[in-house]
Amino acid sequence: MIWESVQSLFFNLDGAETVLFTLGRWVLSILAISIGVALTVAYTTYMERRIIGWIQVRQGCNRVGPFGLLQPIADGIKLFLKETIIPAKSSKFLFVVAPVLAMVPAFIAFAVIPFGETTLFGYWDEPRVMTIANVNIGVLYVMAISSLSVYGILLAGWASNSKYAFMGAIRSTCQMISYEISMGFAIVTVLMLAGSMNLAEIVHAQQGGFWNWYLIPLFPMFLVFLISGAAECSRCPFDLPEGESEIVAGFFVEYSGFWFATFSLAEYAAMILISLVTSILFLGGWYAPFPFLDALPIPGTVWLLGKAAFLIFVFIWFRATFPRYRYDQLMRLGWKVFLPWTLAWLAVIGLLIYTPGLEWVLENPISDWIAWR
Amino acid sequence: MQCVLKWLKRQINTWLLLELVRGLALTGKYLFKPKITIEYPEERTPLSPRFRGLHALRRYDDGEERCIACKLCEVVCPALAIQIDSEEREDGSRRTTRYDIDTTLCIFCGFCEEACPVDAIVETQIFEYATENRQDLYYTKDRLLATGDKYAKQISANLADKSQYN
Amino acid sequence: MESLFFFIFSGLAILSAGFVVLSKNAIHSVVALIFCFFNASALFLMLGAEFLAIILILIYVGAVMVLFMFVLMMMEVNFEKLREGFMQYLPLGLMISLILLMEFAAAAASNIFVAVTHKTDPKTGEFILDEVTKNIIPKAEPLTAQVNNAAEIGKVLYTQYMFAFEVAALILLVALIGAVVLTLRTRKDVKYQSIPKQVRASKADRLRKASL
Repeated sequence: MIWESVQSLFFNLDGAETVLFTLGRWVLSILAISIGVALTVAYTTYMERRIIGWIQVRQGCNRVGPFGLLQPIADGIKLFLKETIIPAKSSKFLFVVAPVLAMVPAFIAFAVIPFGETTLFGYWDEPRVMTIANVNIGVLYVMAISSLSVYGILLAGWASNSKYAFMGAIRSTCQMISYEISMGFAIVTVLMLAGSMNLAEIVHAQQGGFWNWYLIPLFPMFLVFLISGAAECSRCPFDLPEGESEIVAGFFVEYSGFWFATFSLAEYAAMILISLVTSILFLGGWYAPFPFLDALPIPGTVWLLGKAAFLIFVFIWFRATFPRYRYDQLMRLGWKVFLPWTLAWLAVIGLLIYTPGLEWVLENPISDWIAWR
Repeated sequence: MQCVLKWLKRQINTWLLLELVRGLALTGKYLFKPKITIEYPEERTPLSPRFRGLHALRRYDDGEERCIACKLCEVVCPALAIQIDSEEREDGSRRTTRYDIDTTLCIFCGFCEEACPVDAIVETQIFEYATENRQDLYYTKDRLLATGDKYAKQISANLADKSQYN
Repeated sequence: MESLFFFIFSGLAILSAGFVVLSKNAIHSVVALIFCFFNASALFLMLGAEFLAIILILIYVGAVMVLFMFVLMMMEVNFEKLREGFMQYLPLGLMISLILLMEFAAAAASNIFVAVTHKTDPKTGEFILDEVTKNIIPKAEPLTAQVNNAAEIGKVLYTQYMFAFEVAALILLVALIGAVVLTLRTRKDVKYQSIPKQVRASKADRLRKASL
């Protein structure tokens, strides 16, 4: 009786979902993803400190809790309890708004990320994509939203009324605009092969073993995307906006306490987003590297998160290995190396798809990279 | 031929990012090396007998304090951290009535120890004397003597060890 | 419900557009303009034109306005001085805006806009035009989710409007080359660094063993 009345809240007589069901699904998935992202960010900082420590032949943080696992929580509490200082000659409104503007895009970009497919333990006949919004233009949405994060940085630098912050903001803007272009072209090559801008469709196009992943035909684009991604979320070796050694901390030099934490949160969330998007576009998303592994009772989400975690590890590895770029070298890399490279590969892929007699390269017996033919 | 090979090698180096890969391989190797961190409260490094830590005043075996209030340490102290007052004791010997070391001023140079003719003031191997207020860092004669009594064995062992360097 | 959202978004768009003009601080104006673009893209979304909405954000908010803000921050512009002749130019400005408003009204009342009713092919789910009605003030109706915006725009852009598209591309190319030519100058008195040359340097080129 109770079960039926509960059921009638969420489903009509003909089994269709009610508004309440949709609303509940949205609220739950939004909560799950935002809390998940926040926790992942916290433990990414922990992972980063441990791994960089190990690479530098030391231990990293291992004091708070078992293996130092409570360290991010302790850091969080410390930052939240600290006093937030607003500089006297800053532009007060924009100074407060900037961290929010930095954090919001980093979080809402996760709305279109497909985390896997599920039938909800056999409840649905067809497997459904696990995402908040399965939109047709997912790739464009991710690009648009991640291009917004520059505003938080730019306004933070300007509103602080400090020369170091301003230098950091200018550096960050130039860097993001430059690398967005090569990143966009790298994505276009994926779209040419997959024939869809829907992230779930792109994953479907890479089904069936790692030889079907776009990593192989688009290997240069994968490298460009990964490296531009590191530049996009200003990770080492492209962390010039922060540049501790020359401009103190860059755009957030005047921030303290909670707002300072907000900027780091946004940066790490952007890193997680880039890792997820890279694994969706090039590494086959939620599919296992071999088809027989997909038959195992492991949810696809585990594969996707595993791939993303590996890419995050690679970013951390980069940080521990490479020294920071000089600014003119950074610009040169973006405009004179990556952009021609991506344009050339665009032409190569276009030729391979449309030249009669050349398609077999992309449609060979073991792999079918052109998904829309 | 040589030229072509060299060119080919350079191209492979450039396009496969081999130099970056080599760097990553090096750091990747260090990821698995045994860590050299000394995890301090549980593990400690050995201290030299000449380590200059917290001060202590020593006594003779019969319990008589060594210090004769010659004030050489007070004079030699570059940080002016030592303050000594002296008076004649009932038995006619000269002794200190006040021997204060302000460890917030002290630079742990060890000159007081060098200057002392009777080995009264020494610096021990104690370095964990952090306190919660500044007053506790002001060491009076009683406290210095107490430290000396407590670690007497260790101090004399270290002094014996040190004598080989003189 | 829908009209409520329409009024919210369009009202906010108009308010922020007003703030763009009236704000004393140029940076605040740019921020308001960005907000205005967001509302416009929300209106596009309500029409089901998600491709246009996202492109508006990607191009205008993500790139053009960033450059605007960048340039404004770099320049030291005295806006008080620019504001001096405000009352003097007010009548002219009002007149121009009045003429514009009248033109908009006339255009909307004329029959150059057509209302298009559409339906989807039941078999293929493809988007087909049904009938074209003239002489109606167009009513914006959201498209169905089956219509793939990007694909439809692509189909029209690369068939019907191919020529205009190519001409636009050519003009942009000319502008691009012009910008490069105007800014590219090599100074003789400055030392430049040739990175390929640096990268190519090896130990054999630089190091010489001296025999002692």
